[in-house]
Amino acid sequence: MATFTYLEAVRQALWDEMENDERVFMLGQDIGTYGGAFRVTAGFLDRFGPGRIVDTPISESAMVGCAIGAAMMGMRPVVEMQFIDFISCAFNQIVNFAAPNHYRWGQQVPLVVRGPAGGNVHGSVYHSQNPESYFHHTPGLKIVAPGTVADAYGLLKAAIRDPNPVLYFEHKYLYRRLKDELPATGTSEGLVPLGKARLARAGRDLSVITWGAMLHVALEAAGRLEAEGIDLEVLDLRTLKPLDQEAILATVRKTSRVIVLSEEQVTGSVAGEVAARISQDAFAWLDGPVHRLCCPDTPVPYSPTLEEAYLPNVDKLVAKVRELSAY
Amino acid sequence: MAKLGKDWGPLHPPVAAAEATDKLAKTDLSRERQLELYSYMKLNRMVEERLGNLYRQGKVVGGLYSSRGQEATSVGSAYALAPQDVMGPLIRNLGAMLVRGVKPREVMMQYMAKSDSPTGGKDGNTHFGDLKRGLVAPISMLGALIPVMAGVALAGRMQGRDLVALTYIGDGGTSTGDFHEGLNLAAVLHVPFVLIAENNGWAYSTPTSRQMRIKNIAIRAAAYGIPGEIVDGNDVLAVYETTKRAVERARSGGGPTLIEAKTFRMKGHAEHDDAGYVPKEQFEEWRTKDPIDRFERHLLGKGLASEEELRAIVAKIDAQLNEEVDFALASPMPPPERALEGVYEPSEPWEVSS
Repeated sequence: MATFTYLEAVRQALWDEMENDERVFMLGQDIGTYGGAFRVTAGFLDRFGPGRIVDTPISESAMVGCAIGAAMMGMRPVVEMQFIDFISCAFNQIVNFAAPNHYRWGQQVPLVVRGPAGGNVHGSVYHSQNPESYFHHTPGLKIVAPGTVADAYGLLKAAIRDPNPVLYFEHKYLYRRLKDELPATGTSEGLVPLGKARLARAGRDLSVITWGAMLHVALEAAGRLEAEGIDLEVLDLRTLKPLDQEAILATVRKTSRVIVLSEEQVTGSVAGEVAARISQDAFAWLDGPVHRLCCPDTPVPYSPTLEEAYLPNVDKLVAKVRELSAY
Repeated sequence: MAKLGKDWGPLHPPVAAAEATDKLAKTDLSRERQLELYSYMKLNRMVEERLGNLYRQGKVVGGLYSSRGQEATSVGSAYALAPQDVMGPLIRNLGAMLVRGVKPREVMMQYMAKSDSPTGGKDGNTHFGDLKRGLVAPISMLGALIPVMAGVALAGRMQGRDLVALTYIGDGGTSTGDFHEGLNLAAVLHVPFVLIAENNGWAYSTPTSRQMRIKNIAIRAAAYGIPGEIVDGNDVLAVYETTKRAVERARSGGGPTLIEAKTFRMKGHAEHDDAGYVPKEQFEEWRTKDPIDRFERHLLGKGLASEEELRAIVAKIDAQLNEEVDFALASPMPPPERALEGVYEPSEPWEVSS
């Protein structure tokens, strides 16, 4: 078994799907000769040629629009946003064309829009965002946010094979920090189904429901709290839309105390939707309020001291767990 | 055909004048095909007149949009496409859809939100598509179809299909970001794509002079390094011949073309809008340039058809539309449970419901 970084897993998934299916092609800025701002597509131009690795002008809306057109014609386009923050420039194409087409006129749009999301790399306001909640509201989209190497690989392959538009938010903090073995790569190996959460750690006392880079905050906090005799359960949602309702309710029924941990600004967040579902559908099982541990309602700040104050971290989570355990 | 204008002057009068002449463009189209063009334009107008009746009877549940006065642009351009080509219409391109094989009953049922409409009642008016018929559904956000159709053209090239993609934009829609992004991307990728800019003088209540400081939209083509042409949008033969040239150039690897069709919107933005903001003299001027009247005079004047023959065509359409209206009216409203269906395409083997 070979070892991959999270970034290499993203690259390998793209590579394998392009090898496997000639309908798959990529559109993006600087993805050809340069190999992408984060080198995700390094070597792709040589292997697949400019017909399938399409460098575009700085036109996010046209990139996505063009990909939608190609997807409707039976291709399997993958659009790279250089930073996922720029997906807002393509908002209309995603929410008004790609998303409702199947409902409106039965037209499939097998499209993937992917790119680096998330903070903790001092990218400041426009290179650190987590835009999942903007799109969570929109019927017809699927949203994926892997937190492990295996999921980075398997969910991207599944996203490319899905007949619906899928937004794939990879976390740039994990790109080179996370290394793991992939059991196998290739045509049909390692697929991870969309819409299924993963129990990352089984525990008795309190559930942390999370995704992306925050998964690792939760797991580290769980290790620290074990010494205090608090046994955390950690549920990695992996797919944010559609949410795995059963897995969410199952962990609540088991521990009766929940923190939803995410890197979003708290108001109108996906974490808020998860909390609302728990309050509505598992109220009788709860021994305390459902807590959202998210970022405050500010833009993402630049300075390390400010960004540390902004992001959830292990200390903040441990403190919140203690507080909720004593409720 | 006018040359590309070099007039970069100040705000111009809102009317983009087409030449008020009965002399239509030269064509090699046979008599039969010219009569077919006539039939489509007549069908376009008569379907909309029937829709107007249905609207006044309260049968149309939403807004009703008319392309009266612009029939030659829709019909002439769509008529230049080959069967394998793909077209993305806008709200005023009913004529183009009819040329592509859309049945009047489909549009009537769309407007009346019927169960058997192409979208099953989920969307209205001309907002439906069917790629089996080379038809992409419009969306209301103007300009959005331009990059989408560029992508259709790109896919066609990747798949080795011999197809050209064509879509439309209004004078107002050229002010959007997607107009620029999409046309620029199409040009850079050099895809087989044709964009028809219908300059009909008004974007809802806003005159073209408040959309742009230029007289001729077609000069924008130069900014993308592609050919731009201006055509009399009320001359169906000119629209057909100009579009055909652009389609052939695209098909033979010559890349995209921007065609500006000078025409006029003879009604309001939608049926509720009496267009009181449009000076009366503009309507009067353009009424004399009505594209169907002009084409009738051409057919009669050239001896391509007799008045009896034209009357027979109209009578045939009228009889057909009686059946189409009856069929559309007979369709039930959709079952309420359909409101929740079809958000996702099922994705075996791991479909998960939300």
